[in-house]
Amino acid sequence: MATVGGVAGNVPATPHSESFGKPPPWKRAANFARRNEEKGWRSVGWVAVLLPLAALIFAITVLAVKASPVIGHNGSYFLYGRTWTYGNQGYGGGPGARFGAWAIIWGTIASSVIAIVIALPLSIGAAFALTERMPTWISRPLGFTIEILAGIPSVVIGLWGILAFAPWLATNVYPHIANVMPDVPVLRYFRSPTGTGEGLLSAGIVLALMIVPIITSTTRDLFSQVPPLPKEGASALGMTDWEVANKVTLPWVRSGIIGATVLGLGRALGETIAIAMIGGAALRIPSTIYLPFTTIAATILTQLDGQLANPQGVSTLAELALVLAVISVAVNLVARWIVNRTGRVGAPLGGA
Amino acid sequence: MTSLSAAPATTRRRISTQVWRGCTYLALALLMAPAAWLLINVVAKAWPHWQWSVLWTQLTPTGGGLRDQILGTLILMLGVFIIAGTIGVFAGIHLAEFARPRRFSGRVSGPLRTASDVLSGFPSIVLGYVGYVALVVGLGWKLSLLPALIILSIMVIPYIAKNTETSLRQVPTGYREGAEALGMSAGYGLRKVVLKSALPGIVTGLLLALAIACGETAPLIYTAGFSNTLPHSLTGSQFPYLTYMVFTGFNSPEVQYHYLAYDAALILVVIVMLLLVASRIVVSRTQRHSESSRASGVGRRWRRRRPDQDEPLLGVAGAPPR
Repeated sequence: MATVGGVAGNVPATPHSESFGKPPPWKRAANFARRNEEKGWRSVGWVAVLLPLAALIFAITVLAVKASPVIGHNGSYFLYGRTWTYGNQGYGGGPGARFGAWAIIWGTIASSVIAIVIALPLSIGAAFALTERMPTWISRPLGFTIEILAGIPSVVIGLWGILAFAPWLATNVYPHIANVMPDVPVLRYFRSPTGTGEGLLSAGIVLALMIVPIITSTTRDLFSQVPPLPKEGASALGMTDWEVANKVTLPWVRSGIIGATVLGLGRALGETIAIAMIGGAALRIPSTIYLPFTTIAATILTQLDGQLANPQGVSTLAELALVLAVISVAVNLVARWIVNRTGRVGAPLGGA
Repeated sequence: MTSLSAAPATTRRRISTQVWRGCTYLALALLMAPAAWLLINVVAKAWPHWQWSVLWTQLTPTGGGLRDQILGTLILMLGVFIIAGTIGVFAGIHLAEFARPRRFSGRVSGPLRTASDVLSGFPSIVLGYVGYVALVVGLGWKLSLLPALIILSIMVIPYIAKNTETSLRQVPTGYREGAEALGMSAGYGLRKVVLKSALPGIVTGLLLALAIACGETAPLIYTAGFSNTLPHSLTGSQFPYLTYMVFTGFNSPEVQYHYLAYDAALILVVIVMLLLVASRIVVSRTQRHSESSRASGVGRRWRRRRPDQDEPLLGVAGAPPR
């Protein structure tokens, strides 16, 4: 008889007592818990993972509800208008209130674009220097310094920016740029007046400093994932360092860098405190790149305080927040789409 | 006969190599110089006026110390650690272990992960505004600790979840298979084997999230408000923290507040440095842990790790050559 051993073990040796052979209740409870532990992890995790989605929906809903009374009233002027006033009664609000946020939206986009234009080449160059040209004992402490830069609170960067960095730029850098710039359409924007340092370019540079760590650390990781053989092969074919970088390494990690850049862009769009300190908080499009401006985030921060008693002002700021939320969500989704398009980070884009 | 036409091109190429190398070093220098200036500036401005009594005296309208602000920041960090740490770690476990995206053919990984990612890039001031409208005014909590904690936690949950997910995915497949082969139930194996070996990565994520939490200002201004002293309640009274001191102190009419702004900045930098160094120490322990795993034959995931993390092979008997 081919009896399976396990079956015989289930037959109680002495069938007189019901509980004989069964483990005591506390052990049964422990066994039950052990068998069902996975369900516990699964359900608790399910609740936890729903929270970000719930928070996101909640935030957008709150903004939309709060902004709904004024969206119709402000109309499309909100998106292209250039006059931003709370009305005749000053900050209390009242008749004559007119909300055209174009200068604010423009400032948000312009400062972020400046930040990316500065940060991207710096990050890629620095990542190359760190991974390709330096021994570990130098690159590791330098990398750690960049990580520290990522962790420095933005308010501390703002403090340094407004009291040390921006004045230095205004006296030692901007006048020289302004002097050499010719009076032609785009470059005219770089001519004087150069202001006091509080303004668009200073804010853009400081923003760049804040997103450089994000892009550099991602780029560094990506570069070190590129297998050495293609690079060595390219060198063996007689390519220069620049050609190896441009034709082998960069195409290999392009999608990852684009993803990291767009994430940095998202951070730049939402940065508040540093811009509020360095931007100068002027509700207009500056006439040169050095002059004060404002962003959506900085406007909400500096103006909500004065409008707490004015429902129209609070609602209009909600509409502004909604615009910022939509921009940043769109930027994030685009970043994800770019990264997902190639399946995984580190694969060459378009099979290059 | 030696004058091949390639000679000028070679010179050009040699120069281009030098220029490219110079550019990368220049980029690194342009990045390092402001970072160094920033750190030195904070220390240099705070040090001449530094008094240790700042740590244990209360803030007054004309000066004083930052005792309650420091305590407030630490309390915020502790609260975020408890709330966001719990939720974020559970969410990360779910994303890594249970939410494998089969339905989406592995490309797009489901709306939940997307929501988490989008939330991590959400502007903090917008979250602060939502907190003000919904919690401070809507629920009548006033500017106080509880709404600030909730908003800060919502901000950092995605970071913690992402980090937890990543470090769980780096656990070698062999560990899971081994746990299963020993007859562990899936949940028990997860707790005793997988989570245990992913713990250093998870802790690193928590420490970085704390660094973010202690440095935030924008979402706190309209949820926590500010006060000179610690309140005794979760809701109803405004709450002190360090970053506000930096934001307002530097252009306050009171000279003493200028010094306090730099003191607060220095304390914040020190807290962040301590957290980063702690996370570094945890990571270096991960390395040691991973090396022993390398000797015992490991899965595909392991091989894709960063090379700088698995360089040293000292002390591992029988480690396979690379």
